[in-house]
Amino acid sequence: MSLAHRIIPCLDTDGARVVKGVNFVGLRDAGDPVVLAARYNAEGADELVVLDIAASRDRRPTFLETIRRVASELAIPLTAGGGIRSLDDGRSVVRAGADKVTVNTAAVARPELISELSREFGAQAVVLAIDAKRLDHHWDVMVRGGRDSANCDALLWAQKGVELGAGEILLTSVDRDGTQLGFDTPLTAAISRAVTVPVIASGGAKLPEHFAQIFSEGAADAALAASIFHDNVQSIRELKQYLSARNIEVRLPC
Amino acid sequence: MKVTLIDYGAGNVTSVERALQRLGAVSHRSNSPQCIAKAEALLLPGVGHYAALIRALDERALRAPLLDAIQRGVPFLGVCLGLQALYETSEEAPELSGLRLLPGSVRSLPSTVKLPHMGWNQLRFTRSSRLLEGISADAYFYFAHSFAATNSNGEAVALCNHGADFAAVIEKQNIFAVQFHPEKSGDVGAHLLQNFLRLAA
Repeated sequence: MSLAHRIIPCLDTDGARVVKGVNFVGLRDAGDPVVLAARYNAEGADELVVLDIAASRDRRPTFLETIRRVASELAIPLTAGGGIRSLDDGRSVVRAGADKVTVNTAAVARPELISELSREFGAQAVVLAIDAKRLDHHWDVMVRGGRDSANCDALLWAQKGVELGAGEILLTSVDRDGTQLGFDTPLTAAISRAVTVPVIASGGAKLPEHFAQIFSEGAADAALAASIFHDNVQSIRELKQYLSARNIEVRLPC
Repeated sequence: MKVTLIDYGAGNVTSVERALQRLGAVSHRSNSPQCIAKAEALLLPGVGHYAALIRALDERALRAPLLDAIQRGVPFLGVCLGLQALYETSEEAPELSGLRLLPGSVRSLPSTVKLPHMGWNQLRFTRSSRLLEGISADAYFYFAHSFAATNSNGEAVALCNHGADFAAVIEKQNIFAVQFHPEKSGDVGAHLLQNFLRLAA
């Protein structure tokens, strides 16, 4: 009896539709978020993340409607984010049905945003998303969809975020994202061991071995992927059976 | 039978409401002392900070009608903070008084493990339970919390472990409570809610 490692499909949306791209560029349509959410809910996903990667002000009502529609399909936790700049933005996604809110660029610019959200919803509802890129002997925090450097050390930022009230870290390797070469194990292990909260590894997954490795060597508490699930490259059910057979604790779907 | 959802502004009220709707149950949200006094079945959801729940109960004058209803035998289900509120106090806000329906206090889980305790975990059944009827011993439920009741008086019918054992399911006459989120625990969670609806009917 112990806490299961979580498998989390991620829906990157333009507000209304699921889109995908490599290294944050070259986006193309990958389907209806509500249809995909229902499928993952049925396949045994442990949680779902829905992000608004366009995050433009005028599309916000569309994104909130997407959260409402997705939440109504789910009997598992839902995390939503992308473009959360204020406590009010956080409130609107929670009211739309999200259990947790992710913050990224705006929290780098104004770290108190993490504390404001944590005070209102509790640490368990605040996920600090960090996009990290290798730079010499450390990892640099990237903002604005992985495009710009924040000139800040990812490990120190993760610790600061937890101190401010984040209850979880969603860690994306900008170097691995979209490459399907496997998760960034050294990055994930370094961050996971540096913080007291759960870490979700993201970026680069393709094969079941990648998931086994990130849970064992990478010390990840959860692993997130997008296109391999959307495109049926990897089924969640088979992935969990693979992990279970290797004595990695997962929640097997019925 | 209609379930009254005590709505003090917690984030998970909508999820609980939706989960009950999926089971075909009739429910309504309320934060009025009159509605709670007349409730046929009560559900107290809650997630976030213990103080927010306790303060809201007192500011809205819900404590007395809630305690009165529970003492009259109205079926009650507490979810997450709704379980923690049943105890005398919580380390999360030691200055506040809980509902004191159960002896003991709520404490932080040990810092030797990652907190919050977030994700799917299994239970250890300690005695037979009507709320857990038909639920397999290896079922997983979704947890999201850092504080928990230590089961110092053996009140729990099921325990969970994350760094230490804690009360996962409480069952005492008409008082039912779970530390996990049945509304987020897939089919197993729906089964548990269905059991509560049946017991409350």
